[in-house]
Amino acid sequence: MNQSISQDTTGATPVTQSDAAPGIKIKADKVKVFYGEKQALFDVDLDINENEVTSLIGPSGCGKSTFLRSLNRMNDTIDICRVEGSIALDGEDIYDKNVDVVHLRARVGMVFQKPNPFPKSIFDNVAYGPRIHGLVDNKSDLDQIVQTSLEKAGLWNEVKDRLDQPGTGLSGGQQQRLCIARAVAVSPEVILMDEPCSALDPIATAKIEELIDELRSNFTIVIVTHSMQQAARVSQKTAFFHLGYLVEVDETEKMFTNPTDERTQGYITGRFG
Amino acid sequence: MSFPVLFGVLALLTIFGYFLGRSRALATAGGHVRNLHSLPNYYGYYIGLWCAVPGFLLLLAWMGFETSILDGMLVASLPADKQNLPAAELSLLINDVKNLSHGDVTSREVVDVALQDAADFYAHIKSMSKMLLTGILVVLACGGILLARQRIAPELRARNSVEKAAMVIMIICSTIAVLTTLGIILSLLFESLRFFEKVHPLDFVFGLEWSPQTAIRKDQVGATGLFGAIPLLAGTMLISLIAMCVAAPVGLMAAIYMSEYAPSKVRGTVKPMLEILAGIPTVVYGFFAALTVAPFFRDWGLDFGLTISSESALAAGMVMGIMIIPFVSSLSDDVMSAVPQSLREGSYGLGATKSETIRQVILPAALPGIVGSLLLAVSRAIGETMIVVMAAGLAANLTANPFEAVTTVTVQIVTLLVGDQEFDSAKTLAAFALGLILFCVTLVLNIIALTIVNKYREQYD
Repeated sequence: MNQSISQDTTGATPVTQSDAAPGIKIKADKVKVFYGEKQALFDVDLDINENEVTSLIGPSGCGKSTFLRSLNRMNDTIDICRVEGSIALDGEDIYDKNVDVVHLRARVGMVFQKPNPFPKSIFDNVAYGPRIHGLVDNKSDLDQIVQTSLEKAGLWNEVKDRLDQPGTGLSGGQQQRLCIARAVAVSPEVILMDEPCSALDPIATAKIEELIDELRSNFTIVIVTHSMQQAARVSQKTAFFHLGYLVEVDETEKMFTNPTDERTQGYITGRFG
Repeated sequence: MSFPVLFGVLALLTIFGYFLGRSRALATAGGHVRNLHSLPNYYGYYIGLWCAVPGFLLLLAWMGFETSILDGMLVASLPADKQNLPAAELSLLINDVKNLSHGDVTSREVVDVALQDAADFYAHIKSMSKMLLTGILVVLACGGILLARQRIAPELRARNSVEKAAMVIMIICSTIAVLTTLGIILSLLFESLRFFEKVHPLDFVFGLEWSPQTAIRKDQVGATGLFGAIPLLAGTMLISLIAMCVAAPVGLMAAIYMSEYAPSKVRGTVKPMLEILAGIPTVVYGFFAALTVAPFFRDWGLDFGLTISSESALAAGMVMGIMIIPFVSSLSDDVMSAVPQSLREGSYGLGATKSETIRQVILPAALPGIVGSLLLAVSRAIGETMIVVMAAGLAANLTANPFEAVTTVTVQIVTLLVGDQEFDSAKTLAAFALGLILFCVTLVLNIIALTIVNKYREQYD
């Protein structure tokens, strides 16, 4: 599977990650989130750089998933949820009332904790996004998008002979890569991943991590993870959340070798969490 | 003692056995539950079962066979000339003897000595039978208790035995349900066969005329009896079709609103209210159809220059459709709500709108359940009687025009069996044949529904 990815990425002349100052893709400013009366996030300020992987870590219930879900307004589906402060995508506030949520979610895609392929064929799963957004004019374009997306997700070689079979019949790791392919097919600018490997075995996890590293050349990625090793392996920047507060955010390397805050130190060395 | 009293005695003995078992088990274990293999309750159930099951089976057997055995003894005691009477007269005689022994009136004007003797004899053997039963029952139940009590020891696996017994009881219950169904089907089948001796099956299934009036007396003329089921089936289909045209869209849309759009408060109120519709007696729908809807359609037809009879398939079908809306909406709502939230979020996460998500993800995922609910509604529509009797009429017209009066299979079954009937006439037996057809149609519908559900069932884990 790796061959197809490397072919693709080399062919597409990726944006080089080592460039000195990457641009800011998403800027969160004093974000507060409430579930009913209960406040889940307190004044979170966080910049997410373009073409980087930013990982959000912290103990369960610390608000990292809530923050992730407010980046594409997925929290809108929860009746009692309320967001204050501003989150700007390319300088535009996504909570502005003129923003079309549907359009926003096409630009900021999402991969969930549990693989959730639609009860459709593998092909239709990937073609879902391009179809509803009218990204293609004819069948051969659609075939092309489906193939490229599956290649980017490293799944093409495993499923190319059975595209008409149900996506739900794949293994857990393959389903998750199918979900990534599905997100990639819409050509989003940002991909949010909510613990994408927590339901997978180590081999499938390794594949997904490799994939995340490949994907960051084309996309900005924000990933929530419970695994410190995963954060260290895949991300350039790490943010530590605790009890609804953003405690510390820095270059991943610095976070894991020399964190400033005592709580971060305690969490990453396994003293609590 | 009568049967209810005996059942009561058995229940008391069982309860006594239960407590005996508990205390006995605790006693053998030296008062410590942890020394026992099972919890003390299970030893109680163990003795209770040993007491109740044999006694219960005995009572059931006695109830089943007592009458025929006593009748046999009664006949055997009668003088020889009475024994040789024709079957019908003999059964009348036995009835009289029984009535006399209860002190009721008999069909005879004078009660002769022989009859009185027979009645006394019957009363005697009946009381003997009851005494015998009481004796055997008490011995059996107490014997069961004693036997089981002997076996109680700390290492007795009472829990395993009780679980096994519970499983057997459940198997018996499910068997009863299956056997009842089988019995009903067989009785339908045999009565239908009797009907098909009088009317050729092909004439029945493919006949285009339905006019079941037959001559009751030999000297009556004119009424020949035509038993062609096609007009009835066509009427049933027409009315069911109209009903589904109302119920399917309205029910599905209501279900979509309730499961996808409505806030949980609204759903909590609207859903039970819709389900009340299913609780209205069909006869109420019937007069609503006959007195309100049908005249409304007739007048409305006049305005448009259409001739709509005051008993029309349209009125009956519309009202029936309203009646079965809750069947569609409630079940479809349940299956749509059961579609995992992760699928919705997956779709929203790709930038799909709510209606795109519903059309392309929720509905396909819920399809088996929706089809199931629709077919259940169809079965209900086909089997519905009261509304059609009142609003669609009795005329067996073979027509596809919803403005005319039609009749259905169920309505004709009702009219065939209402009133005084000869029980072996073709007219009466036709009801069974119609019942058989109805059963076959709903059976086929159910099989189709199951096939669809199995074929398109999706596994979400």
